Amino acid sequence: MTDEEDLITVSNLTMAYGGRVIQREINFSIARGDVFIIMGGSGCGKSTLLRHMIGLAIPASGEILIEGKNFFSAGDEEQKAMRRNWGITYQSGGLFSDLTLGENVAVPLQQYTAFTDGEIRDLVDYKLALVGLYGYQAYYPGEISGGMQKRAALARAIALDPAILFFDEPSAGLDPLSSRRLDELIVEISASIGGTVVIVTHELASIFSIATNAVFLDAESHTQLDVGSPRHLVENSRHAVVRQFLSRGNAMPVAIGGERNP
Amino acid sequence: MNPLSSKATFEIKHHGTNPCLLLEGNWRDSRERPTVEAMESALDGALNRGVPRVSIVLQDDVVWDARLMAMLIRLHRYCRDRNSELDLNATPDAMQRLFRLATAVDNPPSRPPKPPGFLARLGEGLSHIADDVGRFLAFIGELAVAILRFVTGRSQTRIRDLFYFIDLGGPKAVGIVSLISVLVGMILAYLGSVQLRQFGAEVYVANLVGLGMVREMGPLMTAVIMAGRTGAAYAAQLGTMQSNDEVDAVTTLGLSPMEYLVVPRVLALILVMPPLVILSNSIGLGGGALVAAGMDVNFVQFINQAQDAVSLGDVTTGLVKAVVFATLIAIAGCQAGLQSGRTSAAVGDATTRAVVHAVVYLVVADAVLNILYDKLEI
Ligand SMILES: Nc1ncnc2c1ncn2[C@@H]1O[C@H](COP(=O)(O)OP(=O)(O)OP(=O)(O)O)[C@@H](O)[C@H]1O
Ligand SMILES: [Mg+2]
Repeated sequence: MTDEEDLITVSNLTMAYGGRVIQREINFSIARGDVFIIMGGSGCGKSTLLRHMIGLAIPASGEILIEGKNFFSAGDEEQKAMRRNWGITYQSGGLFSDLTLGENVAVPLQQYTAFTDGEIRDLVDYKLALVGLYGYQAYYPGEISGGMQKRAALARAIALDPAILFFDEPSAGLDPLSSRRLDELIVEISASIGGTVVIVTHELASIFSIATNAVFLDAESHTQLDVGSPRHLVENSRHAVVRQFLSRGNAMPVAIGGERNP
Repeated sequence: MNPLSSKATFEIKHHGTNPCLLLEGNWRDSRERPTVEAMESALDGALNRGVPRVSIVLQDDVVWDARLMAMLIRLHRYCRDRNSELDLNATPDAMQRLFRLATAVDNPPSRPPKPPGFLARLGEGLSHIADDVGRFLAFIGELAVAILRFVTGRSQTRIRDLFYFIDLGGPKAVGIVSLISVLVGMILAYLGSVQLRQFGAEVYVANLVGLGMVREMGPLMTAVIMAGRTGAAYAAQLGTMQSNDEVDAVTTLGLSPMEYLVVPRVLALILVMPPLVILSNSIGLGGGALVAAGMDVNFVQFINQAQDAVSLGDVTTGLVKAVVFATLIAIAGCQAGLQSGRTSAAVGDATTRAVVHAVVYLVVADAVLNILYDKLEI
């Protein structure tokens, strides 16, 4: 497989809960190294799309290929190997509440590697330090703030230096500054470990500051309206909804884009 | 040289005054990798001389992963504590960026409180028993007030909730209560028949089964089933609500958790227990009759004999027990749930506690009531 080939391809995907179609005819692809944003209004099916991509929900029709493989037609071992390459955070956290942060980050390392206890301890220290939580190993998720929980979830997601990172609203509920810092942290980390990132968000700051590509899902027509780079779409999308959605924060792209690379 | 088989090594070089840690080989795949401690002690000499800076240099073909980064972060802290700094300017770009991120926030928080040791917990456990009793009594008091408000129509309890919990606890428990009751009735009959046959008094099996079910086994077995079924469910529901901030939301919305959450559950159980106990009594008698039929006591004889033996007073004592047991089970469940911690393990603990407390309350209450009935000669 060459590097130019697309890492993730979604073709003619229809997603439904029971008989209720959430989105249909979703088509896009994500290249290696992309920071890809799934955007759209609340309830349009962003989390649902992410759940389909990570193999937690079966497509009603259509197909999702990751590195050329369909998760649902892969065997057990292959599924496990695919999962090992993914780092995931969930919309409502997903940290194990009865494990400390250190134990939370250690879970994937113990599950997938043969590292010694000492190595795992050092790695846990390091991963928590990467997200600015050095020294919080012995705290329980209930003992730290919501923003810190988001970062701890990030530390667990990157524990294995995964090739693909999936984040569902990683910065939702944080103040604008922390939220931007977290977004930049995500991009910085994924660039350093050479990963591809798929992020669900409807926050404009994130969309403009970190995205290389994005898909816009629409709740009314139950399908995607547009795919492309947000900077391009804000001016040139065929759909007024998309242009409006993106230009609500007209001032933001300039300010944040300007500040990111001083 | 094959990079996969190459060993991971390091050596200290000196450029002028500052030492330089040169990393070589495959740090990702090789089995034998030097430890941080080895690097630390190799650097100790220079650090003791007070060098301001230690540089890290990677040979061109070095293969590295997160474990090497983790080691360098530890080494960084070691040097910093000895007033020196680790310099990664000569390392690959990605390594420098990761290093910057990992060392950006470097002041650890104060340690969280350690969980107390076993002896300390034992001591605390003993002193908590007094608190427990106090809390239990306070809970009953609050509950009584809340139920009084409900009865006088001034409460926030929703009637819809009451019906929901009645449905949950009553009709859905009929199957399991019937099954257990028929078996208990049969067991009582067997137990009695072996003794009574020696005196040719088989027909008195009906007395034994009738009184045994109505006064004792009917209420008690139903209560044990309800403790495991409904009491545990109450604890799990309220515990999960606690961990989702739902109980806090009830409070801050100006509702009383007691009236809004506890009263419908307690009342529902109090209302469904007596019918279930009557069901249990009848089915238990049926089970007894089956066994008696095998000893030539026919069904009509059995029922007549049982009717003579069991008075309305006996049935009433059983139903009073049912109401008391229902109250205790619901209280044990709700109290455990509301006092649950916020982790998933804590919710599990709460459920266990609900069942264990309920069974203890049941046995104690049963003994107390039996003594009371005996003294009052009912
Ligand atoms: N488990 C489920 N069963 C049935 N319907 C569901 C389920 N989960 C989500 N839905 C429905 O699917 C639609 C999309 O939900 P989804 O959570 O994917 O939205 P979203 O775009 O992530 O919204 P938000 O931005 O608020 O997180 C919603 O209409 C929701 O009601
Ligand atoms: Mg969502």
